[in-house]
Amino acid sequence: MKKYVIIGNGAAAVGCIEGIRSVDKSGEITVISKENEHVYSRPLISYYLENKTDLEKIKLRPDDFYKNNSVKVLYNKEAVKINNDKKEVLLSDDKTVDFDELCVCTGSSPFVPKVKGMETVKNSFTFLTLSDAKKIEKAININSRVLIVGAGLIGLKCAEGILERAKSILVCDLATRVLSSILDDESAKIIQTKLEEKGLEFSLGNSVSEYKGHKAVMQNGETVEFDILITAVGVRPNVSLIKDIGGEVNRGIVVNNKNQTSLKNIYSAGDCTETIDFSSKTSKIMALMPNAYIGGKTAGINMAGKEEVFDNPIPMNSIGFFGLYAMSAGDRNEETADNIYTEKGKENIKKLYFKNNRLVGFLLIGNVKNAGIYTNILRNNIDINEVDLPVLEKEPSLFAFSKNYRRKILGGVV
Amino acid sequence: MKRVYVNEKWCLGCHLCEYNCAFANSHISDMVKALKNKTIYPRVHVEGNDKITFAVSCRHCEDPICVKCCISGALHKEDGVICIDTSKCVGCLTCVLVCPYGSITPNGEGVAQKCELCIKNNVDKPACVSGCPNKAIVYEER
Repeated sequence: MKKYVIIGNGAAAVGCIEGIRSVDKSGEITVISKENEHVYSRPLISYYLENKTDLEKIKLRPDDFYKNNSVKVLYNKEAVKINNDKKEVLLSDDKTVDFDELCVCTGSSPFVPKVKGMETVKNSFTFLTLSDAKKIEKAININSRVLIVGAGLIGLKCAEGILERAKSILVCDLATRVLSSILDDESAKIIQTKLEEKGLEFSLGNSVSEYKGHKAVMQNGETVEFDILITAVGVRPNVSLIKDIGGEVNRGIVVNNKNQTSLKNIYSAGDCTETIDFSSKTSKIMALMPNAYIGGKTAGINMAGKEEVFDNPIPMNSIGFFGLYAMSAGDRNEETADNIYTEKGKENIKKLYFKNNRLVGFLLIGNVKNAGIYTNILRNNIDINEVDLPVLEKEPSLFAFSKNYRRKILGGVV
Repeated sequence: MKRVYVNEKWCLGCHLCEYNCAFANSHISDMVKALKNKTIYPRVHVEGNDKITFAVSCRHCEDPICVKCCISGALHKEDGVICIDTSKCVGCLTCVLVCPYGSITPNGEGVAQKCELCIKNNVDKPACVSGCPNKAIVYEER
């Protein structure tokens, strides 16, 4: 009987468990979980603070998930070292766990830059785990002035989550626009305006140069007073377990399309990994929950001895703020695109990026209806000569496809 | 398993499927009360132009990308039928971003919705099928 060990207990681990069990019903599966929590959805922690989910609903799988899949979970245990010769994982309590196949799903950790006086801040938090959210929940009240450092996905979702619980929220970022890694200036402005309408304040192109207790001295000379500080400037992939034993690591743990690392019998999936982006053909970290799950499942199936590849991961995002959505996918490099189809309105933007007769990326703000049709064209490398392009550009629809394609989709099992 | 299949040759573009879907899922017994002067959110939609029309609803894929990508665990399979637990859904719309057929939509109340083949509506076949005047939508094993 094979022994499977999974380090980590997030979406990649769930994928891995379900992947293994789709092939091997009897092998022994052990999950090493640093957190003392049943698997939950990490991106939902802001919705928890917003009261749109609770401690039951946030669970990514039902309570009987581990039991039904015969998984042993070691809670509150951290893997500190992998011994690949002995095929064992050393835990923080000096115990070891044997494996035949290992999957590293260690995710990422918040990056907190060293700022002078940081130690003088009383209520300082990061925002990545349920435990972070619970700590903020405890510390915050309706009189709290909150300073969020970082206007990326994590910072802004956090801001949305605590809006009703705080007196004021100021978000600062060194970048001159919000969501700088996924949006361009124009689309960022639309989102920012929406957030400002709801009461958030921004200080962009600005950062904290020093903390003095309840005060932050900003780079532009202003002083900001706050009661709660949340640092959300970015995350770092947790790669040390693989790096320490000589596995290939760039920024993330390098995996192939079977989610294998460079080390025999060791797989990896999720936010700690980097792999080839199908849309830009470059190696990158695509720290997104769908990729974590699919990567984990791919690893699991291969670990159990069946072949499976995940060869079209792409960066993609759907994010909504107060009902205004932004969706993006693929390669949106304006310099390398052959042409870009653009539509603009007051709260709407559509940009489709084409290269070599393929849709390689898109950005939608506002109207996001049927966006998956674009994503599907992108991920499946569909030649745009096979579709009615003017129809497709105007609206993603099956009508833009051939009769034959539609007959296959609407008249058969897919 | 039985699924909904569409033959665009027979579709009249009457949109009755949309009304019947919205009515069936409103759980209101009076059709006028359920639909009149209301924005309806059907789980099936008619696409096309003045010559070609066809209804699109969830294909209940064998290997559903929406389930794999759902960040809340709301989308799941029940005996082959892709269902959504709307109480778990937070409305991130990642499913809308990945459904290859445009078959998942916002429900008007901040979360996502999709065709569940009327399995929870206590009927022998989906409302879009029962109400289709020209058998352009059928419910069968293929």
